[in-house]
Amino acid sequence: MKNIAIFVDIKNDKLTSYSTNLLAFVENWSVKQPDSKLFLYTLDEVSTLEVLGPFISDAYAFNYEFHSLFACNEDLIELTQHLKLNEIGQIFCSKSNILDSIFSLLSGELQMNMVSNIVDVRLIEGQIEFEMATFSGKARLKKTIQSTDFIGIFPKSFQGQDLPNVNPKQATISFEKLLLSRKSNHTIDKISKMEGLIPLNEAQIVVGAGRGMKDPANWEIITSLAKKINASTACSKPVSDLNWRPHHEHVGQTGVKIAPKLYIACGISGAIQHLAGVNGSRIIVVINNDSEAPFFKHADYCIKGDLFDIVPRLTNLLNSR
Amino acid sequence: MKILVCISVVPDTTSKITIDSSNLRVSTNGITNIVGPYDDYALSRALEIKEMFSSEVVIFHVGGAESEPLIRKCLALGADYAVRIDGNPTDSYQIAKEISDYVKENHFDLILMGKESIDYNSGLVHGIVAGMLNFNHFSPVMHLDIENEKLKIEVEIDGGKASIECPLPAVLGCQEPIAEWKIPNMRGIMAARTKEIKVLNMSSQSSSKILSEEIIDTERKQIQIPADNLELLVEYLKSEITF
Repeated sequence: MKNIAIFVDIKNDKLTSYSTNLLAFVENWSVKQPDSKLFLYTLDEVSTLEVLGPFISDAYAFNYEFHSLFACNEDLIELTQHLKLNEIGQIFCSKSNILDSIFSLLSGELQMNMVSNIVDVRLIEGQIEFEMATFSGKARLKKTIQSTDFIGIFPKSFQGQDLPNVNPKQATISFEKLLLSRKSNHTIDKISKMEGLIPLNEAQIVVGAGRGMKDPANWEIITSLAKKINASTACSKPVSDLNWRPHHEHVGQTGVKIAPKLYIACGISGAIQHLAGVNGSRIIVVINNDSEAPFFKHADYCIKGDLFDIVPRLTNLLNSR
Repeated sequence: MKILVCISVVPDTTSKITIDSSNLRVSTNGITNIVGPYDDYALSRALEIKEMFSSEVVIFHVGGAESEPLIRKCLALGADYAVRIDGNPTDSYQIAKEISDYVKENHFDLILMGKESIDYNSGLVHGIVAGMLNFNHFSPVMHLDIENEKLKIEVEIDGGKASIECPLPAVLGCQEPIAEWKIPNMRGIMAARTKEIKVLNMSSQSSSKILSEEIIDTERKQIQIPADNLELLVEYLKSEITF
């Protein structure tokens, strides 16, 4: 197997920002392996995507009913055959429930090692070396695998390197659409999607709040701040346990792990389990009236005071600008 | 119905993690281990199903003898017996191979485990097991019921959730709020003393080699902003990111 595949997410006929970052990295990667061709795959509905990077040989859209949710590897026969036909030996993709599921089902059949939470990957003297985030971001692990074939899962916050100006001309690629059919016998009763919300693991800005909010009725100040700065809202575990906020907002070791550019934590003391979910954030602002709150030791900007006074003033300040 | 619950043994969530002198693995000195929190959810739900349908619940773990007190705790909660594969696995594929090899020889209808372990966080084992056994697979599962030998589950999908009915056999990765964690009672603890922990040798080979592991300590600036000067914060933030 010698060729490279990248799986990208496309929304409204545009590459998502995390797929754009990953693509830049993979194009660089493919240049270092001159015998390899680079193929682009997507599972999203796409009508046209005129300009892709200059290194892409072919692009394929496996159109499928998104909600069909794959249950077993028989559902993925067409995709498996296609990857084998194209002699794909290395697969790059951004972490998502659907791709995690697809590739863990397929890794045995494709005889490819799967590596997740990749912070960096290098080709050193014919060997591939991975650096992975472990212990919820508290540690990094370096490892090599026996073959050069792998399936690499990258976090959505992965920053690819800038492309060198190898070829300023960009190729126009036409998509070949392929059908993926479901053969497993599960039935789907209901799908509920959170429309209009930015998923927490993709959000660039997150406003989180904890038990310091005292009552779920007080959340309006948090949601208006979030709306003003185009942020997603998050909460601590006690808050979601109390059903003050929905479970999908729970950020922490046993909840969602986030890596935004900015995380504003209001009334969250900063238990170690919460920190494990947010330590990938670039800038952390902590607002808390308890000057002993452990979160202050893990913050870039510390504001000691009453969040019911500070948060609305901060929103107004941002409004007036 | 036979249910296999696979557990990971991981450092307690409050542990301060250090690396041992080999620079290869996290040090076990002074660390309290726990059953992976997500696996604990899976076990709790398995035990509730056992009560409803008189199922058999078997604990499965790949790891050293030092995990036995925690396996014993799972038995005290109500599991019937346990299987420990003795060894020190280095990747998801190796663990998955051990699980699927055991299931190929010993019939199970349902395999439950956490959606991920909290040490290496890969979240791949359940999917790889399902692929190897050609079982149905869903993860992360938030609700699980069984009706007429079929699973009724709620699974988180990217940007939402789905309610699904699916036939057995299946492998599920579990997360909150599938069940509440349970605490063993005295009767359970006494009963667990005589329950069997079968120890088998590891059969699979690792296909990866660990080069090094290091602790990351992100230094934060800890700049104090007076509560009456939020303009200062806005200035700082605007110099670093665009809103």
